[in-house]
Amino acid sequence: MVTHPPLALARVWEWLAAVPDPEVPALSVVDLGIVRDVAWSSEDPTAALDVTITPTYTGCPATAVIGRDIVRALHEHGVREVRVHTQVAPPWTTDWLSPAAREKLRAYGIAPPAGMAHGDASAGGLDFLRRADRRPVACPRCGSADTARTSEFGSTPCKALYRCNACAEPFDYFKCH
Amino acid sequence: MTSTTRLDPLIEYLLRFGDTALVLGQQLGAWTGHAPILEEDLALTNVALDLVGEARAWLSHAGEREGLERDEDALAFSRGDREFHNVLLVERPNGNFADTLGRQFLFDAWHVLALEQLSASSDGRIAALARKVRKEAAYHARRSADWVVRLGDGTETSKARMQAALAALWPYVGELFEGDDVDAEMVARGIGFDPAALREPWSRGVGAVLAEATLVQPSEGWMQRGGKRGLHSEHLGYLLAEMQSVRRSVPGDLW
Repeated sequence: MVTHPPLALARVWEWLAAVPDPEVPALSVVDLGIVRDVAWSSEDPTAALDVTITPTYTGCPATAVIGRDIVRALHEHGVREVRVHTQVAPPWTTDWLSPAAREKLRAYGIAPPAGMAHGDASAGGLDFLRRADRRPVACPRCGSADTARTSEFGSTPCKALYRCNACAEPFDYFKCH
Repeated sequence: MTSTTRLDPLIEYLLRFGDTALVLGQQLGAWTGHAPILEEDLALTNVALDLVGEARAWLSHAGEREGLERDEDALAFSRGDREFHNVLLVERPNGNFADTLGRQFLFDAWHVLALEQLSASSDGRIAALARKVRKEAAYHARRSADWVVRLGDGTETSKARMQAALAALWPYVGELFEGDDVDAEMVARGIGFDPAALREPWSRGVGAVLAEATLVQPSEGWMQRGGKRGLHSEHLGYLLAEMQSVRRSVPGDLW
């Protein structure tokens, strides 16, 4: 099979929606909002496919792996030349996680971001420092809101560690960012 | 190798931010396996990861703008201490947990404000990076501020250690707000900001946290300076020797 323009980009997005994130495999790189844009470099049948991705965190070591996974998946679908570009603006935010993606996270055992990041610490200055973040994080297993944070950071930069006071299970929380 | 020729102001400016993030990231990495509890081990090294990621971005930009085929690795691993432009605060030794978190808090508060200013830079790449990194820096600042309060308003021992840490670190905060000709040119070109403008919001934000922590803000005294210009304390040489040893032993090797 040969894949080239004018193949509908909707198909390409479907393929990318099947590429799992290497560190949170319950979600695809599209669910996470990492893939920002897909475009053919020209109308020519030999055109390259330009895929633009954005890193979740600046130092996230998964970014390079994600780029390679995307290239491999698209090659398997017959795309001859894939060029991966990285852009940092607008900065990645968990606000791009759809309700369906949040539900996938919860079902996988990771508490999804509580609410939206938009507006967090955006007023400027340092006043945000002593304003406690009181948004409750619900336990992904039993649903209780009686939970406590044990560390601001977990196994990856995008997660924090929590424990549930109701069912006593520790769990990962996907930080609102 | 000592460089006495001045760099292009933009390159030096980018190196100041890149080197500051790199040196602090390297310092925090040394806590791996040594933090008081596992959760803090994870946190310190996650902050280190963010800072090294930030350093890569500034150094790559510096290398590309310089056009001398020095990439981020060449800049990180092949320069001597006199060619590093980090502020002196981040090369203060890790010390105990209070020393590390005190240093982190004083830095984080400045970092957030500095990135906020750079978000309005006329250099689109600087502005984009600053907007992204600021979100991470704000998260770091929340955590380090929490620790300053927990240790300050904690036991007699933890309070004494945090108070002592602040006293030892204070002579190094002045440099954060001191502008020079590089800063002035960056302001004139719309790329950078006047460091002095951060002093008031920093003092207010830091003061509020120290008050909640029942800590006494050290009085203003003699302030050290020189890091931005490549004049460093004795600590940086050891840090670079360790960080650069592999690359210097096998230059250009890959694995």
